[in-house]
Amino acid sequence: MTRPSRNESSLRQNVIRLVGILVIAAGFAFRLNTLLVVLTSGIATGLAAGMSFNEIMAEFGRLFVANRYMTLPVVMMFPVVGLLERYGLRERAETLIRKAAKATAGRIILTYAGFREVSIALGISVGGQASVVRPILVPLAEGATHARYGTLSKAMSVRIRALAAASENLGTFFGEDIFIAVGSILLMKSFFDGLKIDVSVWAMALWGIPTAVAAFAAMAWRTRALDRAIAQEAAAGGRKQP
Amino acid sequence: MTLLSLNSFYAVGGAFMLVNAGCVAVDKEHGSRWTTALFWSLLGLSFVLGGSLSPTAVGYMVLGMGALAAAGKIEKSRARTTTKEERIESSGRLGNRLFVPALVVPVTAVLGTLVLGHVHWRGYSLVDPAYLSITSVCIGAVLALVIGLRLTRAPIRAPIVEGSRLLQSVGWALILPQALAALGGLFSKAGVGVLVASLVERSLPTQYPTVAVAAYCLGMFLFTICMGNAFAAFAVITGGIGVPFIVQAHGGNPAVMAAIGMLAGYCGTLVTPMAANFNLVPVMLLELEDKNAVIKAQVPIALALLGFNLLLMEFCVYRF
Repeated sequence: MTRPSRNESSLRQNVIRLVGILVIAAGFAFRLNTLLVVLTSGIATGLAAGMSFNEIMAEFGRLFVANRYMTLPVVMMFPVVGLLERYGLRERAETLIRKAAKATAGRIILTYAGFREVSIALGISVGGQASVVRPILVPLAEGATHARYGTLSKAMSVRIRALAAASENLGTFFGEDIFIAVGSILLMKSFFDGLKIDVSVWAMALWGIPTAVAAFAAMAWRTRALDRAIAQEAAAGGRKQP
Repeated sequence: MTLLSLNSFYAVGGAFMLVNAGCVAVDKEHGSRWTTALFWSLLGLSFVLGGSLSPTAVGYMVLGMGALAAAGKIEKSRARTTTKEERIESSGRLGNRLFVPALVVPVTAVLGTLVLGHVHWRGYSLVDPAYLSITSVCIGAVLALVIGLRLTRAPIRAPIVEGSRLLQSVGWALILPQALAALGGLFSKAGVGVLVASLVERSLPTQYPTVAVAAYCLGMFLFTICMGNAFAAFAVITGGIGVPFIVQAHGGNPAVMAAIGMLAGYCGTLVTPMAANFNLVPVMLLELEDKNAVIKAQVPIALALLGFNLLLMEFCVYRF
C-alpha cells in the first residue's frame, strides 16, 4: 500500500469510492439480506473506481475461489459434529454444566460462558441462542433462583435472561479467535496475503488469548453482580432463605 | 508435487455439498427444493471445479447465490435426527467419550502444523506448506469422523445426513466470510484503504504511535457499530489505519494488531442493534419486553473489554 497522497483535488474526486461503505451501512440499517448487501457494495465500489461489470464479476470470482479455504474447515467439521450431536453431545454438555455449577443463576451462567469459550476455542460449537440458551441455560438459571429464593420479580427474570444471552455472545466472540480455522482468523490471513504481508495464523490465535481471559473475568464480574442483586431483592422482599 | 493438497479437500467438501443438494432435490416435503438445491449445487461446483472455471463465471455464480439468498428461496429440510430420549440414553451410555472425536481435531491441527510440513521425499511433499494449518484441520476432521463412527457404531449414512442438517442450518450465511473477503479485496483494489488513510492522516496526529493505536481500536469499535459487522469493518479500518500507520509508519507487529483489533471490533458488535442476530434475535427468543435488554447487559462488559484491548495493544504491538 502506498503512503496516502495529500492532493486535494484527487481526494475530492476519489471520495465517491467510499460509496460501498454507505451501501453496507444502509443495507444493515434496513435489514436487507447480508449477502446481497455485500455483493451490492462490491459492485458499487468497483463501478465507482471505473471497473466494468464483467471486470467486477471476474474479481469477485477470483477472490471467492482464492478464499475457499475459509469455508472448507467449517464444512469438513459438519459430518463429525452432526454425528456426535446425534448421539447426545449436547445432552452430555448439559449434564457437565449442571454438575459443575453450585446452583446460583450467576454461577450457572458463568460456567456456561467458560464452557462455551473453551469449546469454541477447540473448534467445537456446542451452543447457540436457540439451541442452548433458551431451552437449557435459562431454565437452569431461573430454576436455581426459584429453588433458593422462591418466585422472582419480572425485572429480575429479564435480567437473568439478558445476561444468559450475553454469555452466549461473549463466549462465542472471544473464544473463537483462539481457533485457527475459524472465519475471523482466516479473514485476517487472507487480508494480509492480499497485501503480501506474511502473518502466521498461530500468532494471531495466540494474541486472542489475553482478551479471552479478560472476557471471562468480565463475565465473572457481571454474574457476581447478578447473584448479589438477586440476594438483595430476596432479602428486601422478605422471601425465604434456604 | 503434493500428496494431500488442499484441492483434494476442496473436492471432498464440494462433493459433500453436491450430495446435500441431491438430498434436498429429492425431498418432496421441502418447501423450495429446486432453488435450495440450485444454491448448494452452485457452491459445490465452485469448490470442486474452482480453479478450472473462469473467474467471471464464478463471479456470476456468486451473484446467483446472492440473488437466491436475497429472494428467501433457500430453506432447510425438516431435520431427521434422533429424539431427545434417544440422545439422553446414548449420552449416558457413551459419557465423556463423546468429546474424544471432537478433541482429535485441535490436537491434529497442532501436531500436523508442527510435523507434516517436514515430511517430504524426492520432491514429493505430504501437504502444501502454505496451507499447513488448514490442511491439518481437514485431516483432523476426517480422523475424528473415523473415530466417531467406530465409537458410535453408526451407519455410514448418519454423518452425511447429520452433516447435511448442519450445512442447511447455516444456509447461505456459510459463504458470508468468503464474500466479505472478496469485498475486502475489491475495496483494496479500488483504493478505499488509501483513501481512508489520507482522510485519517489529515485529521489526526498519527505521527504519535499511541494515537495510531487509539485511532485503530476506536475505529474498529465505532465502524463495527455503524456497519453491524466486525468483518466488514476490518478490511476498511485495517487497510486505512492499521497497516499504513501502525505497521508501516511505526513498525508494529501485524499479527498482534489484527488479533486485538478484531476483538475491539467485537466489542462494537456487543453494543449495536445492527448486529440483529446476536442482540435482537435472543430478545425475541427469550420473550423479553425491553428490545435493548441484551445490549444493556452487554454494555459494561463491552466497554471494559474495549479499554483492555486498547491498553493491551498499546503495550504489546510495538514490542513483539
